[in-house]
Amino acid sequence: MTEAKTIYDKIWDAHLVADKDNYSLLYIDRHLIHEVTSPQAFEGLRMAGRNVRHPDKTLAVADHNVPTTDRSVEIEDEESKIQIEALKNNCAEFGINFIDMSDIRQGIVHIIGPEQGFTLPGSTIVCGDSHTSTHGAFGALAHGIGTSEVEHVLASQTLIQKKAKNFKVEIVGTLTDSISAKDLALSVIGAIGTAGGTGYVIEYMGNAVESLSMEGRMTLCNLTIEAGARAGLIAPDQKTFDYLKDRPLAPKGDIWDKAVSYWKTLPSDPGAHYDNSIKIDIDNLSPLVTWGTSPEDVIDIDGNIPKPEDIEDEAKKNAIRRSLDYMGLEAGEPIKGTKIDKVFIGSCTNGRIEDLRAAASIVSQNKVSDHVNAIVVPGSGLVKAQAENEGLDKIFIEAGFEWREPGCSMCLAMNADKLLPNERCASTSNRNFEGRQGRGGRTHLVSPKMAAAAAIAGCLADVRDFS
Amino acid sequence: MLGILVNMEKFSKIKGIAAPMLSSDGNQFSMMINIDTDMIIPKQFLKTIKRTGLGKSLFHEMRYDFEGNEIESFILNKDIYRDSKIILAGNNFGCGSSREHAPWALLDFGIRVIIAPSFADIFYNNCFKNGILPIQLSEKLIKEISESALKGNELQVSLSDQIINCGNKEFSFEIDPSNKNFLMDGLDDIGLTLKDTNLIDSYEKDADNNLPWYTL
Repeated sequence: MTEAKTIYDKIWDAHLVADKDNYSLLYIDRHLIHEVTSPQAFEGLRMAGRNVRHPDKTLAVADHNVPTTDRSVEIEDEESKIQIEALKNNCAEFGINFIDMSDIRQGIVHIIGPEQGFTLPGSTIVCGDSHTSTHGAFGALAHGIGTSEVEHVLASQTLIQKKAKNFKVEIVGTLTDSISAKDLALSVIGAIGTAGGTGYVIEYMGNAVESLSMEGRMTLCNLTIEAGARAGLIAPDQKTFDYLKDRPLAPKGDIWDKAVSYWKTLPSDPGAHYDNSIKIDIDNLSPLVTWGTSPEDVIDIDGNIPKPEDIEDEAKKNAIRRSLDYMGLEAGEPIKGTKIDKVFIGSCTNGRIEDLRAAASIVSQNKVSDHVNAIVVPGSGLVKAQAENEGLDKIFIEAGFEWREPGCSMCLAMNADKLLPNERCASTSNRNFEGRQGRGGRTHLVSPKMAAAAAIAGCLADVRDFS
Repeated sequence: MLGILVNMEKFSKIKGIAAPMLSSDGNQFSMMINIDTDMIIPKQFLKTIKRTGLGKSLFHEMRYDFEGNEIESFILNKDIYRDSKIILAGNNFGCGSSREHAPWALLDFGIRVIIAPSFADIFYNNCFKNGILPIQLSEKLIKEISESALKGNELQVSLSDQIINCGNKEFSFEIDPSNKNFLMDGLDDIGLTLKDTNLIDSYEKDADNNLPWYTL
């Protein structure tokens, strides 16, 4: 009898090129690149006189820096312009597929990978971006890497790796209209902490995970990195295959059928070993919101901001004090009703069609509060087009939202979309770090429906009051 | 000059000032936890297409006010810590974004060693690619070393012996042998992998047959 394996073990074994004394060489099937973390890698290749081993296994798109306003005018920011042009030129020089800003397929790298069928179950996917964990929703082993590793993958189509441990996260219970994949992810991070997953690959399972759409699964896996894990994985099933079938870069015909048969062998074997595990029951889960400057600073929308004196650990106590001071919040006060200035709906976490539909369902027939500036940034040109076909753009615009062009936008504020000092934002993005959305800006992470509810109420609000 | 030569600098003994990153309630100090890569180097500095020149922007928002003046209370703005080669910090150092600009900024400032109870995975890997040694020690020992560093004592870190000397005390640390070798020898890991091109060729030949759906 063969040893029972997890899906991570299986993908690892199928991609092992060599086992060295203290590390392994892993084959990389798919490499996504963008303008911010690739220029130095190409420069390194040029200086060493090296080539790209498999240009066809790399897909490039500019997303971090791109303006989300009128694309027909030239990019104002000179440095952004240079970086985007550098990506385009590097791709031309090394023969890599590049999706231009004027192309309808342009968008956030982790949204276009699945859209194009570049992301496949059982494959290994890397990108110089921590949210590469998103692709784990398809049962791919996907994780972020640094620029030196980008160079390594370009040159060799392999990565030097040490195997991580297996972490089972079982989520059970029934999803409701007010609880989304974002709430599930935040509850996991709240439970295990931002370093809880360090050294592990997380496999999500349980009926709540199975019931998620592919979009929801992507949100859940996307936020795995905020729990410190190298990657998040969900076993592929019929939903996965239905999503991918006939996508432009997905296999076709006979090869597709063989692929599906193979993908059906990927789910973890009964009795497979996990080094760690937790079970989360979502049946009594309230919509969640972050109050502080770490994604683990999660509370129920009807909860109170924690008090430092209730925490024993000195380092954590001081971290809470620092966060409260930065966020301009009072310990012990309710979080609900906290006045906000901006709302951001978008990002690789929540910029897909289902997210926009969810937000629009709350926005419909309502108006954005007078003092709130609210923007919707679709995750890709295709998401934007689909939303416009469904009339979602009109719902947002009539309510007073701005309807933008696709990109990373205010998730990391590398372009013109950012918070001003002390501005408070309800955001569907992934990080509430100090300065993340603009220096001095205060971020509250929420689901798309909760962001929409906040835009209308003008303060952090409970989406359950809107249905 | 681009960073590839910096990359390959060999790691030997590092002797220098260590800057403790502290958070304090005014009475007791503790090590600052969750220092993320956005803190280490904020996004506006990621628009560069080079690896060098980021040292002046290291910890930008903690180090400079909105007008660009130094914030006196920040440790790296204090005279003796301006030439720090070592950083002491709390749990989960380097969490968040995968940006290698974080180790580039630390290196450009002159930091060669970071000592923390735990590190985020991607940042930890990025350090070894840039000649920076991340050392894991218990919070208790780091506090002890910090107290000594705050008195102005220098630290000496020997990678070959896996020993930290601080005042008259000595601490040993663990490190993965392959990471140690990469740093000690200043190896070009891409060059090393490319020596195994025949293994990659043979993997691809098998995969084209066995897993043809991944071939584009």
